[in-house]
Parts: sequence; structure tokens; C-alpha cells
Amino acid sequence: MHDFRLALAQIRPALGDLDRNLALHLDYVDRAAADGADVVVFPEQSLTGYFLSDLVPDVALPRDDARLDALREASRKLDVIFGFVEETTDHRFLPAAGYLHDGEFVHVHHKVYLVTYGLFDEARDLAGGGAVRAFDTRFGRKSMLICEDLWHPTTASIAAADGADVIYGLSSSPGRGVAGGTNELGSAETWRAMNRLYATLHVCYVVHCNRVGFEDGVNFWGGSEVVGPDGEVLVRAPDFEEALVFATLADAPLRRQRTRLPLRRDENVTLNGLEFARIAAQRHRLDDG
Amino acid sequence: MTVEVSLRERARRGLDLDAGLTCRVLEAFIREELEKFGIQRAVIALSGGIDSAVSCALAARAFGPERVLAVLMPYRTSNPASRADAETLVDQLGIYSTLIEISASVDGLLGELDDDPSPLRRGNIMARARMIALYDQSEAFGGLVVGTSNKTELLLGYGTQFGDMASAVNPIGDLYKAQVRALAEALEIPRAIREKAPSADLWVGQSDEDELGFDYETADQALYLLIDEMYAAEDLIADGFEADLVHDLQRRVVRSQFKRRLPLIAKLSNRTIDRDFRYPRDWGR
Repeated sequence: MHDFRLALAQIRPALGDLDRNLALHLDYVDRAAADGADVVVFPEQSLTGYFLSDLVPDVALPRDDARLDALREASRKLDVIFGFVEETTDHRFLPAAGYLHDGEFVHVHHKVYLVTYGLFDEARDLAGGGAVRAFDTRFGRKSMLICEDLWHPTTASIAAADGADVIYGLSSSPGRGVAGGTNELGSAETWRAMNRLYATLHVCYVVHCNRVGFEDGVNFWGGSEVVGPDGEVLVRAPDFEEALVFATLADAPLRRQRTRLPLRRDENVTLNGLEFARIAAQRHRLDDG
Repeated sequence: MTVEVSLRERARRGLDLDAGLTCRVLEAFIREELEKFGIQRAVIALSGGIDSAVSCALAARAFGPERVLAVLMPYRTSNPASRADAETLVDQLGIYSTLIEISASVDGLLGELDDDPSPLRRGNIMARARMIALYDQSEAFGGLVVGTSNKTELLLGYGTQFGDMASAVNPIGDLYKAQVRALAEALEIPRAIREKAPSADLWVGQSDEDELGFDYETADQALYLLIDEMYAAEDLIADGFEADLVHDLQRRVVRSQFKRRLPLIAKLSNRTIDRDFRYPRDWGR
């Protein structure tokens, strides 16, 4: 991996207001570039806001939409990872994370696990993706996952097995759980544990970029962070407040930690593939009656 | 070593509140959700009880005391101590207040009735008279109404629809009574307000717990286990909760569901408001 300087843009998107959010993105891109960042990452649905319901078709965009031109242009200064809702040519709407470099999409990840339980109702309004990939950038191999994707540990396993040195997690995570004793929200506590676990066991960097603000009374708690391959938190943005924080992600810690703890080397991808294929086939037969 | 804890203990732990963190979220909630409407002022019905005291204190923190109006609306049978407690809080917080007696308007309406309404009907009339005065003050002060119903009363339906349940935003509606008490302590609400017996003060000597027939502590714990932790009634009963109480609480929650929803709309079109026409409340904000 090539060393690079990352900016985490912990923003407060306006619900359903593309123009306002686009301006917000350009402002943060400029500030990140001015501070020497090579890559800037925004949260899930950073361009649209989160609890959209029937607003989805109003804010969904095909990736070649002219309204993204300014952001594409901005990616000539530094790589931009952002969240949006992509409309396909057959008019499905998918929560998406885009990786822009030099005016072009390097990769788009579609949220695989739509969340439709509790306070969430994504599958009513959105379609889910069907792939988890690592992809090459000028700084090495990366992967992007979106929020609920990371509550399924297999997605991080696939990303790591596919060679990602950095897993970018883009979130709109609602804050909940205010029981005493921990000094943090229950949802924050779980996310921090997950980020640390994935970084440690996949011996990679985990970048979690979460938003702040309120939508319909629901708070998003922020606390964006970068966790290094040894499980140490490299940088953490404050809870609840807009912030732009920076971290340098270097190759040397990856080499050192992978030497000390060669979990990646020993991961048996063939075994995983065969066993999951067997289980999938068995389940398919069962589901078929 | 034993790891298993009783459900009652589990409820105690679950209801234990990180007051500092909660205040932070709720102040930001009031500030951000009202600012989306271009409003930085709050109007609150202050009864002298703990719930409205907490809402006032949170709003004062969110916007500064000079942007909060407490509306005191006693009826002639209201406990004078309630008003005194409310005035103490107004002084302590440094918020604005206004006194609007509802006796004349309530008695005027009661005088037009040709029967002798039950205490429940009288209580509802008072609650709705207060709502009218409160929403008028909301317009006059240029602020939105911040609610004062806690989760326990909302779940039990222990409130008047379109009366004390009416508000634009409610910071304490996801806090059980015991959690409101913990928050009140952190917010330094006067001891007299925190320690008196909860009362809707709709008639002389009324006590919530006498009227409901159970104490808030038990109700909070049972509701927390049933609603938040999704235990079955049988689990609670096996743990020592009184069966009649658990069933009574469940019945109250079910029976009052209508109060927590908008009025039903008869569906005719393909896109009916709130059923298939679903936009966030913060639409365009």
C-alpha cells in the first residue's frame, strides 16, 4: 500500500436537498485539499440525507448525471469517497458509495444489506447490491462498505480476502442506548467494538465515517474514526458535532502487524468458499421444499 | 459466581440513565429540530411537576433562557403549591413566564353542559383548554410548543389527546418516569419538584399512582421489559411481577394505541396520506 493522508468529513447533510449537500461536499473537499489530504471520505448517503422514504426518486442520480460534475472535477484535487442513491438504467434505486479520482468513478459499491427492521425501512424504497469487492486505487487496494453491510461480518471478510488494505465504512448510524456506566451511546459502543475487531482480525485499516445531525427526531452520533491494523484508534472525530479530521495511513504498520500476526496469510479462502457454497446449496434445497 | 440476574435487576440497569449524554442529545434535538423550521424559541406548559420542569430546563439550555416561555395555566382547584413550584423554577432558570388562568373559560364551557361531567371529562376539558391557551402563546411568542409527556404516560395512554399530549416536538417522550427523575436531578431541578408525588392536578388531592392503581417504579420496570426488551408477560410473572398488574399494563398499552397515532384516514386512492404517501416530517427542512 502507498502511504496517504486521509480526511474524514463528518458532515450534517440536509434531508433531500442535493444542491445544499453538494455545496457542503465541495466546501469540505476544498478544506481537506488545503490541509494536504490525498483522499476525503464522506458518510452514507452524504449527498441525499438518510430517512428519505418517498423522497428517494427525487434525489436518486445515475452516476453520469451532470449534477455530479462539480464533485467529479473536485476529484482532480484529491480522491473523493461519498454516499448517494444511484438510479440504474432500469430505474432501480440503490444506496451507493462512489470512489472518484481524476474526474472518474474508480468504483461504486451498492449497499448489500438493506436494513428493514426496528426504525429502518430501506427495502421499501431501495434495492440492494449484489457484490462485495476490493478495488485498486493509486494508493493500493481498498474496499467500501455501507453501514448495515458491516453488521454482517462476512462482508469485511470478503473485502479482506479480496486484498483490501483499507475498509471504508460509510454510515448514517442513529444514536440510541443511553444507559449509564459506559459514557457513550450503545450504538457507538457497538460500532467502536466492530471497527476495532475488523481492523485487528483482518489486519487492515478500518475507516468509519459517520454523519451527525437529526432527521425526524433521530440523532446521528458522528464519532468517525480510523483504526489501525493493531486495533489502535489513529484518529476519532467528536461525537454529535460536524468535523474534519485527518490521519495518515501508512504501509509500514501493515507490514509490521502482518508479520507479528499473519492472520491474513493463514486465512483459508478456499475452505470458506467451499463450505459457504455447500451451505448455500443445502439451504437452496431446503427453501425449495 | 452467578451471571444470571433477575428481570427486575435487568430493568433497573436498563433504566439507569447516562444523564449527561442524554442532556446533550436532547438539547441538540430541541435546537436542531426547531431551527429547521427557522425557530429558536420554545413555549412550554409548566405545571410545577417534574416532566414540564425538565422540558423547560432542556429548552433553556438549547436556546438560552431568554428564548423560552413557560405558560402557567392553573384552574381554581389547582394546588397552589404547584404554581409556587413552577414560579421557583422560572426564577431559577431565568426563563420568561406568563400566567393564564383557565378557570373562567373552563367554567364557562362546563356551564353550557346539561349534565354533570365526570372528573375524567372535567380533566379532559381542562387539558384541552390549556392546549388552546398554549398554542395561542406559541404564536404570540414566536416559538414552537415543546412537549412534556414521558414514555410511561404515553405508553399507558395516561394523558389527554389534543390536550397535554399536543406538542410540536417532545424531548422526553422516550424516557420513562424514573429516567425523567434522573435527568431532573442532573438538571438541578428544585428538590421540591423532584420529590413530590406525581399528579396531573386535575382535581384536589389527585395522585397519579392512586388513580392508576400502581406505582411508577414498578410500571417503569415492567414496561421497560415488555416494550424495550421484548420479554413476554409470562417471563415477568415468573420473575415475581404481579400477574394482574402486568396484564393491566398490557391492556392499557393496547387500548391507548389510538392516542399515539394520527386519526385514521379511510383509504380510497392509490396514495393515501401516511399509508403510501410517506415523506419524512423534516421534508424540505
